[in-house]
Amino acid sequence: MVKILSALMLSAVAVFAAGADLGAGTKQDLNVPAIIMFFMFVFATLGITYWASKKTKSASDFYTAGGGITGTQNGMAIAGDYMSAASFLGITGMVYLKGYDGLIFSIGFLVGWPVILFMISEQLRNLGKYTFADVTAYRLRQKPVRILAALGSIAVVILYLIAQMVGSGKLIEILFGLDYEFAVVLVGALMVMYVAFGGMLATTWVQIIKAVLLLAGTTFMSIMVMAQFGFSFEELFKTATEIHSQGVAIMSPGGLVSDPVSAISLGIALMFGTAGLPHILMRFFTVADAKEARKSVFVATGLIGYFYILTFIMGFGAIVLVLGAEGNIYWDDATNTLRGMNNMAAIWLAHAVGGDYFLGFISAVAFATILAVVSGLTLAGASAISHDLYANAFAKEGEKVDELQEMRVSKYATLAIGVVAIIFGIAFEKQNIAFVVALAFTIAASANFPVLFMSIFWKGLTTRGAVLGGYIGLASALILVILGPVVWTSILGNAEAIVPYKFPAVFSVPIAFIAIWFFSITDSSDDAARCQEEFEAQNIRCQTGIGADGAVNH
Amino acid sequence: MIDKIKANPSYQKLITERGAFAWKLTITILVVYYAFILFIAFSPETLGASISGGLTTWGIPIGMAIIVFAFALTGIYVKRANSEFDDLLQQVKDDIAKEMK
Repeated sequence: MVKILSALMLSAVAVFAAGADLGAGTKQDLNVPAIIMFFMFVFATLGITYWASKKTKSASDFYTAGGGITGTQNGMAIAGDYMSAASFLGITGMVYLKGYDGLIFSIGFLVGWPVILFMISEQLRNLGKYTFADVTAYRLRQKPVRILAALGSIAVVILYLIAQMVGSGKLIEILFGLDYEFAVVLVGALMVMYVAFGGMLATTWVQIIKAVLLLAGTTFMSIMVMAQFGFSFEELFKTATEIHSQGVAIMSPGGLVSDPVSAISLGIALMFGTAGLPHILMRFFTVADAKEARKSVFVATGLIGYFYILTFIMGFGAIVLVLGAEGNIYWDDATNTLRGMNNMAAIWLAHAVGGDYFLGFISAVAFATILAVVSGLTLAGASAISHDLYANAFAKEGEKVDELQEMRVSKYATLAIGVVAIIFGIAFEKQNIAFVVALAFTIAASANFPVLFMSIFWKGLTTRGAVLGGYIGLASALILVILGPVVWTSILGNAEAIVPYKFPAVFSVPIAFIAIWFFSITDSSDDAARCQEEFEAQNIRCQTGIGADGAVNH
Repeated sequence: MIDKIKANPSYQKLITERGAFAWKLTITILVVYYAFILFIAFSPETLGASISGGLTTWGIPIGMAIIVFAFALTGIYVKRANSEFDDLLQQVKDDIAKEMK
């Protein structure tokens, strides 16, 4: 592994050096402090990966770090997994552009967390082992339920990865002066190494370090912004509304969420989508017991909530200090936006409050943010392939799959996901990718969450109900998004969307629940009777954790 | 074993109380959040109203308060679950261990 590391570093250094000649154009000049800080992060995380690879021996180590992560550590890792570059750059950019509307998204992204705590987190810990399909398939027939869960997981993971890869390629192109393709390959190679060699342990620590760096950086920026206004929000808002072209309109809800159906639908997608993201659900298996699982949601909710409050301050700070900067140094006349588009508001704010070195630091943090998120996604996708499909759904009847063989498959799966992510990342460079995040959340809310929720709480659930309901939820999410404005009009170029809602969750989620219910109550097979009979035993374990897999001692 | 646990009074108390508590808190956050969403959808000018004649609108402290409230709810649940409910659970485990002897 050390050999691979040094080879990668050498080639990276070579390309960084070559990048110096390419400086001009849309790309930034080579940003030396940023590159130095970025390399420090990469070296530190590869060191951790090497350390973790020594400790990752069993399948349990690989998927869940042996269940030995503490609640507080896991809470920080969840925050690191969830606060993506899309949140950091996207929400700050949205506040910068639209003011108050950005806060609506922040709140939607946060309120799923209490629901996860009250309904899902300890239940997952008590019933599952490596993936959320362990829970949905607990008393149902393994094969069809595992295949459904794996498809739902892989779909969400790939869509989410595309968004992250395209975002990272563009970001690195602007920040570091590197080629888009090279940036995508670099991100892909690093995430495969973290996951394949270091498994969940390395992924967890990459996420924790990233969370600390991101929170430290954004705290500093927010304090610097507020200090300019004597820590008075009123003063900040006063200057911001004077500079922003929309004036005082940025202080109230605007056109972003206009009609009631869209508003509610967005709320459902964000809230229940969060509770159906496979890389988030997987994190609850890394702690020893239900107590630690609860504690991790508490810590995560606090950190994520704090972060979203900061994005609001940073967005307004960017209006004043970036949009209102003397000499318009952050403005690009050619595109009539900020240099590198409006999502760069947070990055230029870093420059405005802390100069070149702090810009370098925040650039490196943004890159670290992407790496931490894609690693979590890759691990979740690989687990769905190796644990749900290879070791369970497609294992021969009555035969137990060798654990080492399963781990080997998970590493190939990691590599395969890395390759797919790189290919899609490059293919989608010039595409409008706004729809992929909408689609990922809608699928998570419509296919993963309803099956998981019903399998935990509803005695009457049968295999047929779960499988048909899950696929109907998945299909309605897909079809409604394709017929909606983001694909039908923006991408396919049709004049009017057949379904006028960007997030169709308000329809697809109830459709899934109704289908699960209907195909369960009309199921009179022997298997249905067995599924219902076994609910009692499942519920006792779900409630007490008796018989659950605890931490593995080393 | 299953029947023994099911018949255990501490177990029954645990699942009834924890279940009711978890649902109550879930409904609370849903009501607060969707009330906020409905205000945005039907009456954005309410949230856009100035608090005291200045630029700060009601929507800003309310939005921030929802974030803080969501965090507070998780704290309330974790505190009670990790003490009272886990004590009850330990009681169940002790009872069962005794009965198995």
